[in-house]
Amino acid sequence: MSMTQQEVFRIHWFARVLAIMAMISCLSIPAGVWSQETSPDVDTGVGIPEVLRINEEIRKVWVDYELSPSARATDGEWCRRVYLDLIGRVPSVQELNEFLTSSDEGKRKKLVNTLLYDEEFTELYANNWTTLWTNVLIGRSGGSEQNSLTNRAGLQKYLRDSLARNKPYDKMAYELVTATGSNTPGMEDFNGAVNFLSMKVNAENATQATAETSKVFLGLQVQCTQCHNHPFNEWKQQKFWEMNAFFRQTRSLRRFTPGTRDVSGAELVNENFAGEGLSPDPEEADIYYELRNGLTRVAYPVFVDGTEIPKSGYLQDVVRRTELGDLIRESEYLPKMAVNRLWAHFLGYGFTKPIDDMGPHNPPTHPELLEYMAKQLEAKSFNLKDVITWIVLSEPYALSSRTNSTNVTVDDPLLGETPKFSRFYLRQMRAEELYESLLVATQAHKTRGSYEEQEKTKAQWLDQFVTAFGNDDGGEATTFNGTIPQALMMFNGDLVKKATSTAEGSFLYTIAHSKLKNPQKINYLFRAALSRNPTKAEVTVANKLLLVRKGDTAAALQDIWWAVLNSNEFIINH
Amino acid sequence: MKLQVPQGMTRRHFMSHMAGASALTLPALSMGHTLQTHAQDLKKRRKSAILLWMSGGPSTMDIWDLKPGAPTGGPFKPISTSGDAQISEHMPLMAKQMHNMAIIRSMSTREADHGRGRYYMHTGYVPNPNIEHPSYGAVLSHELIDQRAELEIPPFVTVGGGSIGPGFLGMAWAPFTVNSNGQVRNLEMGLDDDRLYQRMAALDLIEKGFISQKRGLAAENHQKILKKTLNLMTSEQMEAFKVNKEPPEALERYGNNNFGKGCLMARRLVEQGVPFIEVDNGGWDNHGNIHATLADTKLPQIDQAMSALVGDLEERGLLEDTAIIWMGEFSRTPRINGNAGRDHWARSWSVVVGGGGMNGGIAVGATNDDGTRVDTEPYTSQDVMASICKALGISLQTTFTSNSGRPMKIANSGKVIKELFS
Repeated sequence: MSMTQQEVFRIHWFARVLAIMAMISCLSIPAGVWSQETSPDVDTGVGIPEVLRINEEIRKVWVDYELSPSARATDGEWCRRVYLDLIGRVPSVQELNEFLTSSDEGKRKKLVNTLLYDEEFTELYANNWTTLWTNVLIGRSGGSEQNSLTNRAGLQKYLRDSLARNKPYDKMAYELVTATGSNTPGMEDFNGAVNFLSMKVNAENATQATAETSKVFLGLQVQCTQCHNHPFNEWKQQKFWEMNAFFRQTRSLRRFTPGTRDVSGAELVNENFAGEGLSPDPEEADIYYELRNGLTRVAYPVFVDGTEIPKSGYLQDVVRRTELGDLIRESEYLPKMAVNRLWAHFLGYGFTKPIDDMGPHNPPTHPELLEYMAKQLEAKSFNLKDVITWIVLSEPYALSSRTNSTNVTVDDPLLGETPKFSRFYLRQMRAEELYESLLVATQAHKTRGSYEEQEKTKAQWLDQFVTAFGNDDGGEATTFNGTIPQALMMFNGDLVKKATSTAEGSFLYTIAHSKLKNPQKINYLFRAALSRNPTKAEVTVANKLLLVRKGDTAAALQDIWWAVLNSNEFIINH
Repeated sequence: MKLQVPQGMTRRHFMSHMAGASALTLPALSMGHTLQTHAQDLKKRRKSAILLWMSGGPSTMDIWDLKPGAPTGGPFKPISTSGDAQISEHMPLMAKQMHNMAIIRSMSTREADHGRGRYYMHTGYVPNPNIEHPSYGAVLSHELIDQRAELEIPPFVTVGGGSIGPGFLGMAWAPFTVNSNGQVRNLEMGLDDDRLYQRMAALDLIEKGFISQKRGLAAENHQKILKKTLNLMTSEQMEAFKVNKEPPEALERYGNNNFGKGCLMARRLVEQGVPFIEVDNGGWDNHGNIHATLADTKLPQIDQAMSALVGDLEERGLLEDTAIIWMGEFSRTPRINGNAGRDHWARSWSVVVGGGGMNGGIAVGATNDDGTRVDTEPYTSQDVMASICKALGISLQTTFTSNSGRPMKIANSGKVIKELFS
């Protein structure tokens, strides 16, 4: 017999109250550890050669520009960053306390190791990076198009599995490029990896598959050369269509539930390709494209580095996408793009702008460092967690976001300067990070149901910010970009209403009715959202609010909590 | 610090009072009532623009520049209009409004990728990794804002989304996106004024603390947006978004669909003083089955809404001061492909403009017999923008300074299209 919804709710509620009680009981910590301390081990390079080399290369540029780096971030700031960037949410008060009270000299390295390799965090790590990779591979709206051939859940299943097992990145790239099979979990021959390409191969002779594969894995922007040679791009139109020829044995087919006319999903298949000529010759399956002057040219599959593969369109002779997968796996651009993507994720800017445009026309800011890190990634069997460790333990990642007089303008990418990483650049949380952070800050994450249920609820909430343009290139825009709709959502939206609820059993209710003294309650709220204690002035305002709410502690805490969550300091990763 | 709001204050008064409170200086909350004496005067000559954005790239040779009989021509027949130019038979209502509109038939651009075309047609610049250019809406509302000191709602509104952002002009000029029902989500806090005030005071303290630590622009921008948001939450001008309050005849005239309502809302927003409104209409990326799609759904829809908008603005005496632009990121190939569709094409196509004192009833420029080439002087995104600036009384000498200190001329030094003014 299954439980009624009400029963489920009651159990969840009870579990949640227990969880909050347990968490609050470990609040009593000595005040001293809350000073703005910085751990010493950031200067030692923590014994990892790659970290030392990063620090060295980054410092060279500081010397060139005669600037001094910002001071070190406090332990609290650093800890908040690491949780946000690695597992997609702020640390809970308990997690923060553990880190801050530890006197272990190597505690930063230890925390990174825990988040990356401890079983307790495997799922959180996989979920966060699944979200990131899903957005890279199919965008925020991928799968929600009318008659979509993409199954978002299918891709996420593949990614979660791959990331939880820390699959080498080159293998993941190979699988996403070469995948065949069905796109929806539960279908026969299911292979979630097909969802990267399943919507991109049918329309317009797979031009989108060509452009996205080159961009995502190689950092080469070829889409603008589809129609003509481009003055700012060394790529010629010929190269676009040679790359495109790799995708011409591939089709995405709609599949139906047996015996019905209900679409159950799509299947990505390889088929023999006869070529486009007037008298098709599958032994030399050619494609044609039009020059701007109206002339027509022929193209066969040739990789970006000039490597040719057999021209046959017969699968028994050559499977073009498999060849492409191998070539991508061997390409020098693959590790470079991966390093650039990760660097930008953690430091706010990549070595190129945009990060996925790395052709010779767009030289990187730190070429030697990029080259070096790419080589090391390859040497470490494409273990992305290695690169993550190097970056997170490096000096630039440990710097404060507070500027100093030497780097305030010279190192401000918003002023058109190239990033020199002499300070931590402010960046707004992604919508997903905000969502997860609100859950963890209100302890609602402990009772949230299965991954599929969580994703569904989250997707419904995220939907309000996404506008898909409905074109063949999957273009989209987000209004979660620091503008009015976002501010309105934070002021008055359901998610924040729920996070600031004072109803029985809620986060604030539990805190209000705990044995903590009022100053501790206020401290707790600031730690939960901002990973720091309130300032004197903030304590004064909080006390006034307690006063005007006339003994209704929950209501006063609600006002404080609302203000904290709506602050720039909360939503900006700093 | 004072946390009590005086008794008997209305919400509007309270908000303006807040602006003066030393505890939280939110200057944007000031109402500008002192300027109200000038309001009537300004209202008379305040200019606006409405961009009807056809997302996906509409096939203009099936709408505004037909080639009957040519192998590329397709099945549609041209019909005569109230102006000099002929248009598609599937645009009968617009045919009666063409004396107000000009077709620029000699557009020739180079960006045939959606993302790049969208950017180029919205900004007059090709994408450049080192700089983010502001879109039409940001630039024009930036230039026209001084004419409307009384405006409390955002000056750049997009209905249905899809514009390009404010670039180096800053988030204050970002488009405010609403859906075609004009519903703005999360507008109500449901708190009394005392409490809202107290919360804002606490919030302001945290905001300022963070800003004072000199961590970068994002911290300050956040505070600016908070002010604008508070303005919006308390403004009576939000009524302008409530398109469903229009009489049923109006909804019927524009078409009771997303685009119809969007156009109707655009008129309401122009009346309220919003200088730039973009109405998004998607579904033009017709790689297959193009003519059935156009004849059955796309063209009847825009025909009704666009003709209603032009006619309505004219009847209300607003057309003279409101420029209308109809365009997409590019157009579609003259050649009809194997799926009975047309693909991306930027070399020869049409944009339609009108109002704002521009000449109507004309076709500017011409394409060759099968529509594959522009035979007259070619025009670009920059030229369209320069012409719109002229129509709105904005000097083409206006220069912006990008974040990097680079001076950038408005409309990227485009040239005014002479035939539109004479």
